[in-house]
Amino acid sequence: MATAAITAERETYLNSAYGLKSWLLTKDHKRIAVLYFITISIFFAIGGTFAGLIRLELLTPEGDLVSSETYNKLFTMHGVIMVFFFLIPSIPATLGNFFLPMMIGARDLAFPRINLLSWYLLIAGGAFAIFAMVAGGVDTGWTFYTPYSTSYSTTYVIATALGIFIAGFSSILTGLNFVVTVHRMRAPGMTWFRLPLFVWSHYATSLIQVLGTPVIAVTLFLVLCERLFHLGIFDPALGGDPVLFQHLFWFYSHPAVYIMVLPGMAVISEIVSTFSRKPVYGYAFVAFSSMAIAVIGFLVWGHHLFVSGQSLYAGLVFSFLSYFVAIPSAVKVFNWTATLYRGSISYDTPMLYAFGFIGLFTIGGLTGLFVASLGMDVHVTDTYFVIAHFHYVMVGGTIMAYLGGVHYWWPKMTGRMYPEGFAKLSALVIFIGFNLTFFPQFILGYLGMPRRYHEYSQEFQLLHVLSSAGASVLAVGYIMPAIYFLWSLRYGPVAGANPWGASGLEWRTPSPPPTHNFDRIPVVTFDAYDYSTVIPTEVNDVGH
Amino acid sequence: MNQHGEPSHHVDSVRTYVGVLIALLIATIVTALVATLDLGPFNIIVALGIACVKMMLVVLFFMHVRYSTLLTRLVMIGGLMWLAILLLLSFVDFGTRGWIGVPGK
Ligand SMILES: [Cu+2]
Repeated sequence: MATAAITAERETYLNSAYGLKSWLLTKDHKRIAVLYFITISIFFAIGGTFAGLIRLELLTPEGDLVSSETYNKLFTMHGVIMVFFFLIPSIPATLGNFFLPMMIGARDLAFPRINLLSWYLLIAGGAFAIFAMVAGGVDTGWTFYTPYSTSYSTTYVIATALGIFIAGFSSILTGLNFVVTVHRMRAPGMTWFRLPLFVWSHYATSLIQVLGTPVIAVTLFLVLCERLFHLGIFDPALGGDPVLFQHLFWFYSHPAVYIMVLPGMAVISEIVSTFSRKPVYGYAFVAFSSMAIAVIGFLVWGHHLFVSGQSLYAGLVFSFLSYFVAIPSAVKVFNWTATLYRGSISYDTPMLYAFGFIGLFTIGGLTGLFVASLGMDVHVTDTYFVIAHFHYVMVGGTIMAYLGGVHYWWPKMTGRMYPEGFAKLSALVIFIGFNLTFFPQFILGYLGMPRRYHEYSQEFQLLHVLSSAGASVLAVGYIMPAIYFLWSLRYGPVAGANPWGASGLEWRTPSPPPTHNFDRIPVVTFDAYDYSTVIPTEVNDVGH
Repeated sequence: MNQHGEPSHHVDSVRTYVGVLIALLIATIVTALVATLDLGPFNIIVALGIACVKMMLVVLFFMHVRYSTLLTRLVMIGGLMWLAILLLLSFVDFGTRGWIGVPGK
């Protein structure tokens, strides 16, 4: 009970001020991270609902639940919400925002006000997108291909594109903030090669955000100009080139995959090390592989244009370059695996998610090689094979890592533990539900089921039913953490500063952290993942 | 650079700024005049060339990159390199599209 009294009195970022205003005008990176958590959880629920409706429609070969027009809107809005308003901000804006400053021993990000501004920009962009949905939806697909988006679609293209345009600036500002923070705010002794790999991955992600996002913003702006003022940029009738749109769009949107998955890799590096109690094998290789992914990721976008009328020679170049980006990803997977070797491994919930990530991301990555090869891609372009491939990367990769990370740092953020048994169960349910949803889609696509159709021929029904059944299992798996996390806020056992015996600086300050993160700025005299300097704390079950 | 690692706050003379302004205005007039001539494939090269020179003037003088730290210059160079990637690999497509005929034509 004495501990409880002390815990209640100590000032933390959560109890330093109360009231809505203290949250909406906060400059504390931890509170802004919490604002992001709430926001993206709402977007995830909306995007997930659209996915649920899509899977319901596809239970039967007939288009009987929704009209084809509505179906087009459903998959478009699912993609727009999930990509631009959930996956892109997911890990960087929440876990990155919260822990990147703490891991380098800083009291906040370099630009706290810009950090708050970036959240408001996401809200503003989201408001436009939600307005478009409520007003009647948009049906171009999340890719906004011309000439459909500029000349033919009669839906709310302008509001949606404007929303993504605005949210893009949120992403740029987060990236900029992280880059400057890593350069200027490191604690004494925190050299570049003592940075946790989480920070390296986020640094690489930030570079992509800063260098790539302006291009998608300008591209969508050009779509608006052509749609509103008939400027001839993409429309051949006006002297434009529709393939130019695809070049510009994918110049951002391929690297955007790495904006989503590099932070996932960031989380996995931390988890694998902590629960093996070993430094990540080949630290420098893993750090540089993040940078390599950021650079090479910008050289491969043309693999989305193999059948779009791009020159065959360009196709050859892009196909060749695409294989290279598999190398740094493979380096990471091999090095995580090597980290496990002779480690003292514990199978806590975050580690289960990390195992899920490594397996599913590997399948997603390897099927990426299928679609990056010119001949094979002709067969599977615009089929469910592609859908399955990128959901293995984005859902099996990013969302597994995101959930793993939320479980891993939950005790730090809230000072409470979640119920371990339920958490393990939900990780298992998600893994099974995910594979049941998306593995049949590889087969469907290979057999020729095209994407974006709400009707299909009879022979595909069994696989579609399996996929829809999987989606309902997956939904249960996602709802479970939502419930037990809320429960743990009040009833969870008190966690202590370092329940996992982890090595990062964020674990060397109380949970939840004080407003300024550290009572005294740490002086770093040890490398990342040096477990000889760690004192784990006991979980103190005063809640019961 | 002073001892705190901050970039020194070099201030150019008013004459330099006015000079750069005049150069920018002249370049704008030249762009407009060149647009009235038909130079064939060089139309776009000349227009973009002048635009690049103008951009460099703004970056070097108005944005003070001439007197900035190495890191700031690196940021500038990085941005330009990424633009170069976008243009180069796009032209791998646009430049070679006519090399083989379209089937059926
Ligand atoms: Cu791609």
